[in-house]
Amino acid sequence: MSSAAEQVHHDEHHDHHAPSGIKRWLYTTNHKDIGTLYLWFAFIMFLTGGAMAMVIRAELFEPGLQIVEPNFFNQMTTVHGLIMVFGAVMPAFTGLANWMVPMMIGAPDMALPRMNNWSFWILPFAFLILLSSLFLEGGGPNFGWTFYAPLSTTYSNDSTALFVFSVHIMGASSIMGAINVIVTIFNMRAPGMTFMKMPLFVWTWLITAFLLIAVMPVLAGAVTMVLTDKFFGTSFFNAAGGGDPVMFQHIFWFFGHPEVYIMILPAFGIISQIVPTFARKPLFGYASMVYATASIALLSFIVWAHHMFTTGMPLFAEMFFMIATMLISVPTGVKVFNWVATMWRGSLTFEVPMMFALAFIVLFTIGGFSGLMLAITPVDFQYHDTYFVVAHFHYVLVTGAIFSIMAAAYYWLPKWTGKMYDVTLAKWHFWCSLISVNLLFFPMHFVGLAGMPRRIPDYSLQFADFNKWISIGGFAFGLSQLIFLALLIKACKKQGEPVSARVWEGAEGLEWEVPSPAPYHTFETPPVVK
Amino acid sequence: MKKGVLKRAMAVLALLSASALAESNGESMRLNLTKGVTDISQQVYDLHMTIFMICVVIGVVVFGAMFISMYLHRKSRGAKPANFHESTKVEIVWTVIPFLILIGIAIPAAKTLIAMEDPSNPDVTVLVTGSQWKWHYKYMDNDVEYYSVLATQPEQIHNKFEKQQNYLLEVDRPLVIPTGQKVRFLITSDDVIHSWWMPAFAVKKDANPGFINEAWTRVNEPGIYRGQCAELCGKDHGFMPIVVIAKEPADYQNWVDEQAEIQRKAKEEEQKLLAMNMSMEELMENGQKVYQSTCAACHQGNGEGLPGIFPALKNSPVATGDVKHHIDVVVHGVSGTAMQAFGKQLSLKDLASVITYERNAWGNSTGETVQAKDVNAVIKGQ
Amino acid sequence: MSNHTSPQHNKTVFKLLLVVVGMFGFGFLLVPLYDVFCDITGINGKTNDTAAAYQHVEIDTSRLITVEFITRTNTGMPWVFRSETKKIQVHPGELKEVDFYAHNPASYDIVGQAVPSVSPGLASLYLNKTECFCFEQQPLKAGEEARMPMRFYIDPQIPEDINYFTLSYTLYDVTSNKVAMR
Repeated sequence: MSSAAEQVHHDEHHDHHAPSGIKRWLYTTNHKDIGTLYLWFAFIMFLTGGAMAMVIRAELFEPGLQIVEPNFFNQMTTVHGLIMVFGAVMPAFTGLANWMVPMMIGAPDMALPRMNNWSFWILPFAFLILLSSLFLEGGGPNFGWTFYAPLSTTYSNDSTALFVFSVHIMGASSIMGAINVIVTIFNMRAPGMTFMKMPLFVWTWLITAFLLIAVMPVLAGAVTMVLTDKFFGTSFFNAAGGGDPVMFQHIFWFFGHPEVYIMILPAFGIISQIVPTFARKPLFGYASMVYATASIALLSFIVWAHHMFTTGMPLFAEMFFMIATMLISVPTGVKVFNWVATMWRGSLTFEVPMMFALAFIVLFTIGGFSGLMLAITPVDFQYHDTYFVVAHFHYVLVTGAIFSIMAAAYYWLPKWTGKMYDVTLAKWHFWCSLISVNLLFFPMHFVGLAGMPRRIPDYSLQFADFNKWISIGGFAFGLSQLIFLALLIKACKKQGEPVSARVWEGAEGLEWEVPSPAPYHTFETPPVVK
Repeated sequence: MKKGVLKRAMAVLALLSASALAESNGESMRLNLTKGVTDISQQVYDLHMTIFMICVVIGVVVFGAMFISMYLHRKSRGAKPANFHESTKVEIVWTVIPFLILIGIAIPAAKTLIAMEDPSNPDVTVLVTGSQWKWHYKYMDNDVEYYSVLATQPEQIHNKFEKQQNYLLEVDRPLVIPTGQKVRFLITSDDVIHSWWMPAFAVKKDANPGFINEAWTRVNEPGIYRGQCAELCGKDHGFMPIVVIAKEPADYQNWVDEQAEIQRKAKEEEQKLLAMNMSMEELMENGQKVYQSTCAACHQGNGEGLPGIFPALKNSPVATGDVKHHIDVVVHGVSGTAMQAFGKQLSLKDLASVITYERNAWGNSTGETVQAKDVNAVIKGQ
Repeated sequence: MSNHTSPQHNKTVFKLLLVVVGMFGFGFLLVPLYDVFCDITGINGKTNDTAAAYQHVEIDTSRLITVEFITRTNTGMPWVFRSETKKIQVHPGELKEVDFYAHNPASYDIVGQAVPSVSPGLASLYLNKTECFCFEQQPLKAGEEARMPMRFYIDPQIPEDINYFTLSYTLYDVTSNKVAMR
């Protein structure tokens, strides 16, 4: 830490070599540049996937078919899901990891900088392929992001090959990103930075990275089987050839359930960084947070079939998956209790990152409650594949994962740019998002309980009033994100008040020891952690 | 001062709930899960309410603590941060208590589940087959079987006519079952995965191609119950509703006998038809009707199909080539595609006219007529 | 800057890549694993696909189990296919034979493949078929008819609570390897 001045000197030295313009971004191996690229890419994808959600909500604004045909509607729901999962949430987390993990553990860069460059730059091509398939004859993938066979095999159109190819590339990118994170954390911690001293964001990402390398290859296997079933005459999922369509769901959800935790564990890490800062009090139960994260990750491998209760499983399997799923709520509950205990008798202030973090805690917990309800097999028969499920996973993914990403952006943005962002805009963004997101997703619970199935382009008249409100909430939430865009553009132009190295009064950790904005190269001489 | 605000808030709330109640007399939506009309669905509803209330209580405690902390421990109120950051005792307590709550939920849930998964000793068995985008019901103990298709007019869907009461939840031929008897559903599919869902019975089971699933119900009250397909099954997934009519056992028996008689007579009629020849005009007129209701969903009204998904019939080799092959495709379907076997779904007359129509519409000018006996010849392999 | 730690990186990367390759393989291993798992637990209701030898077991005359037969032809399959017996009652351990009838009314030859499925799935573990047309593909010439026997017995170990199960056969057209066998 004594080397801050030295670093500034180093930066100037290094910056002389850096190419400028587009080449800087194409050739960069700097973790901060790549982090920025990931974050912008994720934001662009978030807006793209969001635009598709707007199409969906516009069609569902009132009963009847008005704007799009059912086949296009199905393409919208499918590609919206794929883009939000693989294009928005996961790259955003990878971007945050790229920026923050080296700075939080006192490493000069990611362990494998060239692979880092590659793992980012293949992503835009994956999504270009996926999006271009929408313009082919017959359209893009229309079988839901879960691509259940045989709808995605025998009964899909030829653009499925492009879908498979793009999922392969996304998977390769995630796997490379995960390997990089693990190697960095294992081998490049500053002296004295033991595992149990690592900030929780680093811990949760380490566990997430292990989940990624464990399950992304399984997804790759699943899409490969879909490809060979469709084009090369194998019968993995075709009953006529001795296969079983339900096996597809087992393989998919063996990937799919850990994937859910891939999208929420880093969020837990972010919230665990932010809450102590603005409570001015150390995180309550650090060790139990780490163990809770690890046990959630382990349990995530034995609950996959709770997505498939209606496929006709025998009683003992239904019981097993019900109980295992309910068990996950225990470590998840521990996390929420720990955050509240961290706030308890702290000295709280409510800056924008804290506002998002608090909204996260409440709204994610609501998503957790509906998750617990969904775990109860006999009741799941009623909830399954209705809007109740849609409400559930949007509460955990939008007000969960995405709110945490926004909290992280507001928390670390001053460190990245060296300037405080426009707080008024940020507050507008928060309140508009908070109100509209609840108008968007909360009524979905009721619509689902009343019996509206998901993935339908048209519905019976009883659901009309609620769907109108949901759509209005959807449009408002979509527009609210433009405030965020304006704020980010202003921030990138380096407008605003300069900030100190620590930025937030209660902030603790190595990333706050380096000056703001964080120099191009940090910790070339490793700091010593006591 | 404060009291006044509270009173006003209460008044507003009362007004809101009153208007909500008033609305519920009309066509407004039920807000909660249905209690249904079977013992099982009642148990499911009770489970749902129990777990919901538990969640509400936990939510009040946790969010309460959080909001109290947000109020009391604000820096602006001069709160000084404490420095505690762990307490094994507290952590054990809040790990163990959720465990106990979970066990409390798991026991009744398991009981309900065991009751649900016992389809043995049925009084009536119905084979339910899903296909893109209709349901087929076959009564295993009688010679009654039929397709059940969405009855809402396309004009309502496309906003040309006003939408009627049971918009998208009405079918041409509902499933009929007896009340008070154990009805078993064997569920399977002809093409992709569908899911047969009847909320009022708390029954939802996937229809997997090549495999059979079982579910059962015992309905307590006669009535008309509506549900929908609950698994994405392609383009018209939102347009394959399920309607079940539960009748008193005696009424049910009458209905079954009547249906068996009607289906037997229809077969006899068909035999008579074999000897007759219909005119081109008759065939085309009837064929167009059948085409619009049965074929147009995929091949489109103009016969051009959806490029890349559903092939065009206009100028297609099938519709302008060998008649026998054309009949074969329509009657038996094409395996591994969305083209179904319509031999089981349409009468000989309808088959003959729709094939004639396809061979002579949209500029397909083969000039050929297809008669019931031609279709029958293909079915019988003559 | 981190050159001195490079060998260490390589080692970690190598290990992680092994995990990745291993998990990719595991994805495919799930296919046979699933079959094994189903054989043990009966979760998907598939029956044995090769003939079981009839072992002389004690016939449990105290129990009667009802077996219901269901036949279906899938889309694109013109055959007439039915079970000559709709329901049969058997004592566990008793060897029974039921006949199925198939007729190819088409003007061309067709190869059929019957796919069995049992519900409840658990019962499939105790259903032993010593002879079944579903073990292999069934070719029928144009207009040809066939009687297809199926011989089976129920393992007396079958749990007390299973006294009724359904065996369904779905007949697929697999002519000219339209659908290749796995």
